[in-house]
Amino acid sequence: MRGIENNLEKLYEAGIRPVAISVDRPGDTLEMAGKARLSFPLLSDPDLDAIRRYDLVHTGAGIDGTDIARPAEFLIDAGGTIRWVNVTENYWVRARPEQVLEAARSLE
Amino acid sequence: MSLNKINWQIWFGFILSVFAFASYPLIFAGWPVTRDFPWANLLLFAFAAIILFAGVRRAFRPEKGRLAKAGAVVSVVLSTLVLGLFVMIAFVSARWLPPSTGAPQIGSRAPEFSLSDTAGQKTTLAHLLTTPIQTQSSDTPVRPRGVLLIFYRGYW
Repeated sequence: MRGIENNLEKLYEAGIRPVAISVDRPGDTLEMAGKARLSFPLLSDPDLDAIRRYDLVHTGAGIDGTDIARPAEFLIDAGGTIRWVNVTENYWVRARPEQVLEAARSLE
Repeated sequence: MSLNKINWQIWFGFILSVFAFASYPLIFAGWPVTRDFPWANLLLFAFAAIILFAGVRRAFRPEKGRLAKAGAVVSVVLSTLVLGLFVMIAFVSARWLPPSTGAPQIGSRAPEFSLSDTAGQKTTLAHLLTTPIQTQSSDTPVRPRGVLLIFYRGYW
């Protein structure tokens, strides 16, 4: 997400708002935002509500065997329709900002 | 003891292996070019292997004692374990992900949600899609054209 933060102004100029979701609670996300210097919203989904709706539950993959989200990115247009998806096969490989900006070009 | 008498290759080779391993999450994972395929770390492991090979050759000279030879073997075994662990983490376990075949696809409606931000304030997808974005270049906030939803494993 450092890449997203580094390209934040470019994304904003393109009208794209990055929002990150994990099971971390607001205390942890606040700490992460500070340490990693991330200024875009980090949302908390400790009960895996949204994570389940997007079918991204990774059972037992968290510390202490808790359920967490598997990594994925979705570009959603202003009408609420999914326009680009990246459900990574390797959690080290994430969507690059260039890919997102390219995908954003097709949005109205 | 002068530097010439110590088999520095055997120890440095192991230390370099550990660095080759640790530098992935700590350093190289910071850039996609070195994270998506860890070629920098594999290069470091290759250097470590070369140095260890030199160290093993030196330790197994006829005049060297059993302790020197044992130390060389231990260092190589440990370095190999570190390499194995690296391959496991970078290539194998990172792919142990659920299939997520039910994830919304292009063209479908993004499922709505209501989640708390870092301040504990609830927000929804609809809100995120409509609240104007403040850019540095313009005084008036711009209407969002979209939201990039990033699901991540968490902070640990």
